[in-house]
Amino acid sequence: MRDFITSQFGVSVVLAFIVINVLLGAVSYCIYFERKISAWIQDRCGPNRVGPWGLLQPIADGIKFLVKEDVVPNHVDKPLFIFAPAAIFLVAFIGFAAIPWGGQLELDGRLVNIQVANPDIGLLYILGVGSMSVYGAVLGGWASNNKYSLYGAIRATAQMLSYDIPMGLCILVVVLTMGTLRLEEITLQQTGYWAGWIPQWNIFLHPLAFAILFITALAESNRTPFDLAEAEQELVGGFHTEYSALKFGMFFLAEYAHMITASAFIAVLFLGGWHLPGVSWTQPQATQWYAVLAKIVVLSTKIIFFLFVMMWIRWTLPRFRFDQLMRLAWKGLIPITLALFVLAAALLFFDRQRSPLWALSGNLVILVVALITASSSRLRVTGRQVNLPTIAPATDFVRLGRVEMPL
Amino acid sequence: MSLSPSLDSYAAIGITILMVLVVIVAMLILAHFVGPSRHGPVKDSPYESGMPVSTDARRRFHIRFYIVAVLFMLFDVEVIFMWPWATVFHHAATTGATIPLETGGVAGKGFLLAGMGVFFALLLFGLLYEWKKGAFQWD
Repeated sequence: MRDFITSQFGVSVVLAFIVINVLLGAVSYCIYFERKISAWIQDRCGPNRVGPWGLLQPIADGIKFLVKEDVVPNHVDKPLFIFAPAAIFLVAFIGFAAIPWGGQLELDGRLVNIQVANPDIGLLYILGVGSMSVYGAVLGGWASNNKYSLYGAIRATAQMLSYDIPMGLCILVVVLTMGTLRLEEITLQQTGYWAGWIPQWNIFLHPLAFAILFITALAESNRTPFDLAEAEQELVGGFHTEYSALKFGMFFLAEYAHMITASAFIAVLFLGGWHLPGVSWTQPQATQWYAVLAKIVVLSTKIIFFLFVMMWIRWTLPRFRFDQLMRLAWKGLIPITLALFVLAAALLFFDRQRSPLWALSGNLVILVVALITASSSRLRVTGRQVNLPTIAPATDFVRLGRVEMPL
Repeated sequence: MSLSPSLDSYAAIGITILMVLVVIVAMLILAHFVGPSRHGPVKDSPYESGMPVSTDARRRFHIRFYIVAVLFMLFDVEVIFMWPWATVFHHAATTGATIPLETGGVAGKGFLLAGMGVFFALLLFGLLYEWKKGAFQWD
């Protein structure tokens, strides 16, 4: 038994159990922190009635989700209506399986990875699982047989599909730099130093790819400014208009779980995962249990930082219009990421893929060219594409008062 | 009990999926049995901001969404083709390894880069063509 627990497979199973439970708790508290941060930004108090500082609010919310009526209206497609929240919840909660949480741990003289699964195609796995969340949205919208739901679902689908392509290309830039799809290996390759003290994190090689990956992560998890799918003023609740009780809660939890997985993914790809420069416990050689704990704390801090930025953006920026959203993806991000891909391939060809000087200047050139192109009016990347005809002021129409009416 | 490391990984992913499925089934069953259940003609009709329902929701939608779906199929599949190329090219470029070809020769990093160049040019041409055709024009 002890032999099984200390083997890689046993550690994986135990870790999967722990992470699922921690994630379920974390998403509940994400909602609490979202409300607290929104209150802080808008100069309000936020939840403060249930427990000290409202800390028990997520539990109260959970109970309320549970005891509310689970309405299944009789106009819906029942199997799909039940399947949709399950689908979105499932894909949101299995993406973390390939995230390396804490390097390696020495157990009974063996080294085991603190990672649920370390498949050869870890990156592809996360990308694939992440893009599957579109099924939950489109099935929920279609099954609801409600116009708001259907339009929300179609918008969500178009948006997720469009932002999938720049996301894939940004990750491809990392693959070209690192040459591996294993996330543990990617973290390990980022633990070196330039000039003795600058950590070899990918953000210092491809900051533009990092920024675009963050933007696409916002779009993929339907967060503001990309939450067109549930634009309340236009579409009531979007694709989950007809859902209530715990099924609605599952959509809600899935969104936050998606955010956490995406943050962890970006932290691993671009910010060195569990690596913190200068601290000996967070180096790959440290395999004691306290070193693993330190690494988990470092990665969690990076995740919390990303979550905070996502919430900050949500309560600061207004929502895009739909044409702006699609234009940003197809005319903005895709050409830039294609250029980044060419840059990464060229750097690799000349064996400069780990040289920050070359990579950063390439990034700078791409950014400057993109800004100049976007601001030149001929190519029409931004702004209205079609000038609407100006409406002539009504001169010969009815005016109240003693003016004659045209007959 | 230990299979090959990679198979172990997939087994661990499978167990993760099973664990999440247990959570999902528990949530769905709880949601079904715990809350009250009261039906009514108004409650069971689709929500349309309080108005009587006019038509079925599943109507035709705009052609633009269809175009997005087709473009996604083209671009995303092309991007997926780049992934194996990226790992092979990285291997060839960093170690100087060559890949044997069916014709008998060997391909170095220059050949691989040129091959991707042709593929990439086609992709770029497609993007520019769609752009000129106005497929990305949304207003």
